[in-house]
Amino acid sequence: MSVTGDGGAGQTLIRIRNLSKAYVRGEQFIPVLQGLDLDVRRAEFVALMGPSGSGKSTLLNLVAGIDKPSGGSIIVGGVDIATLSEGALADWRAAHVGFIFQFYNLMPVLTAFENVELPLLLTTLSRRERKAHVAAALDMVRLTDRVDHYPNELSGGQQQRVAIARALVTDPTLIVADEPTGDLDRVTGGEVLDLLDDLHRQLGKTIVMVTHDPKAAGRAERMVHLEKGVLVPDPAPGAV
Amino acid sequence: MFVLKLLLKNAFRHRLRTLLTMVGLIVAVCAFGLLRTIIDAWYAGAEGTSSTRLVTRNAISLTFVLPLNYADRVRRVEGVTGVSWSNWFGGVYITERNFFPQFAVEPASYLALYPEYILPEAEKKAFLLDRQGAVVGRKLANQYGWKVGDQIPLRGTIFPGTWTFTLRGIWDGVDARTDEAQMLFHWKLLSENLRARGGQNADHVGVYIVGIDEPNNAPLISQRIDAQFKNSLAETLTETEKAFQLGFVSMSEAILVAVNAVSYVIIVIIMAVMANTMMMTARERLAEYATLKALGFPPAFVVKLLFGESLVIALGGGILGMLLTLPLAAAFAKAVGTLFPVFVVSDTTMLLQLAASVTVGAIAAAWPAWKMSRIDIVNGLRHVG
Ligand SMILES: Nc1ncnc2c1ncn2[C@@H]1O[C@H](COP(=O)(O)OP(=O)(O)OP(=O)(O)O)[C@@H](O)[C@H]1O
Ligand SMILES: [Mg+2]
Repeated sequence: MSVTGDGGAGQTLIRIRNLSKAYVRGEQFIPVLQGLDLDVRRAEFVALMGPSGSGKSTLLNLVAGIDKPSGGSIIVGGVDIATLSEGALADWRAAHVGFIFQFYNLMPVLTAFENVELPLLLTTLSRRERKAHVAAALDMVRLTDRVDHYPNELSGGQQQRVAIARALVTDPTLIVADEPTGDLDRVTGGEVLDLLDDLHRQLGKTIVMVTHDPKAAGRAERMVHLEKGVLVPDPAPGAV
Repeated sequence: MFVLKLLLKNAFRHRLRTLLTMVGLIVAVCAFGLLRTIIDAWYAGAEGTSSTRLVTRNAISLTFVLPLNYADRVRRVEGVTGVSWSNWFGGVYITERNFFPQFAVEPASYLALYPEYILPEAEKKAFLLDRQGAVVGRKLANQYGWKVGDQIPLRGTIFPGTWTFTLRGIWDGVDARTDEAQMLFHWKLLSENLRARGGQNADHVGVYIVGIDEPNNAPLISQRIDAQFKNSLAETLTETEKAFQLGFVSMSEAILVAVNAVSYVIIVIIMAVMANTMMMTARERLAEYATLKALGFPPAFVVKLLFGESLVIALGGGILGMLLTLPLAAAFAKAVGTLFPVFVVSDTTMLLQLAASVTVGAIAAAWPAWKMSRIDIVNGLRHVG
């Protein structure tokens, strides 16, 4: 079974072929993903859905290059990241991926501003250029009045907005978000989704988002369903 | 710099924990420094010696004396520039607890051989002229509040009776290594007293102090002196002043080895404590290190953060400990009085304290840094919540 994008080859950003991932725990062999194919177009906003334990996070982590597959290929922007060494993969992530986590994962000892600046330390930007980028990113998430606040002085929604600013400040090709609204109430979650929408529409970012919430998934252009490690076809719109 | 800011903020994240770790370090580094200073004090007698002085004693043992008429023969030996002699007196000032060394010496030649005892010319003259006179080091004078002109009664233990001396001078050491905790008086006084009692040791001396022209010739000159008295009734053994002093230290060598070992054990203990603290700290931040790695930071960045943080804490505590050692050593020196004639925290000790702090910091960070640089990002990220 495969769910591949319908765009031309030139527009495909992520091309996943025959991807498999399994964990070995002692004698036990736990297959999580099996022979999975998936294409994501450039500037596409994809929602990844499925029951708990179906392998959504695992797939997202593989696409983001923080986990290694057991087999198959993950070609992102022409590079098969499954073959990259750890160091090369780290450089690749710094240059191409923006991360948004369910629990924000901000550095508690750094201010909102410094948290957003963090990924820029891996670039060759000057101090002044970094400040300008950070200011722009914080402006985008509408947090300019909270730049000197520490994470524990911010609400969950505000923290997630800082995290979104951190994800976009390096101008990455791809933004991955694992249940970005999972820890937020409906209203705040809605604001976060609005921001993701902005990133997609205004900045043309490719976004892959894992979510349990059908409403959140509805904001995406396309929904992909995962069940027991394999993709199942999207139910036709209107069908029950 | 960003990294510096981050690691400094990390270091003081748990104020109390960092504070307690630092207190541990302060105590350990301070104790280490004090123990090393005690060892140094033990060897101070040997450190303060001059390479241009030899000591000639009876070859059998120090408790055997040498005839006075050896002085002339020693003086004629090639390379010898001066000869003096001294006897251990072993008197008690008021109570046994007030221990300090007293020597009956030939004053003029003795002071000539010890230029590091800085004595005002007038006091020196007064001492040489007064057979009942004595001179003491500054430290000893301060300890008992003696002033020039004071009468100092000593109860003899080897030589019976009460001996009263008039303090004629107080010397200052030329540097911190100079012994200022001794008392010198006229050998003639002792000798005449013995003669009056009909003692057979009246014309005998404990040791000869021999000045030489060239330190490199010490072995050769020693041989020449000892050859003079080969096969005589009292054969001699001549060695450098340093070797002579070390002979005393070697008697307490076992204690010193133990003190030395303890000083390092203290450092090892604080190292273990700090390593445990750093590991605990690192574990709590697992998700943060995983996040940093996810963002693309290399393992070396995590290593840098942990080493930096550990070194900041270790050096902070270590330097405070070093600074605290100085007043504590001074207080200790005051408390023990003249038991240790020289009690100063040496540069070497301070350097060792610094090295110990850096080592503690580095070793404490080594294991956590290794572990945290190798964490699996996905597993690490799970530790949130
Ligand atoms: N390190 C691991 N060792 C063994 N099994 C693992 C490991 N990590 C994940 N798994 C298993 O892989 C499967 C998929 O996990 P994954 O986290 O991708 O699920 P998910 O779809 O994101 O679920 P949820 O919606 O609850 O977040 C689960 O059955 C899980 O137990
Ligand atoms: Mg998940």
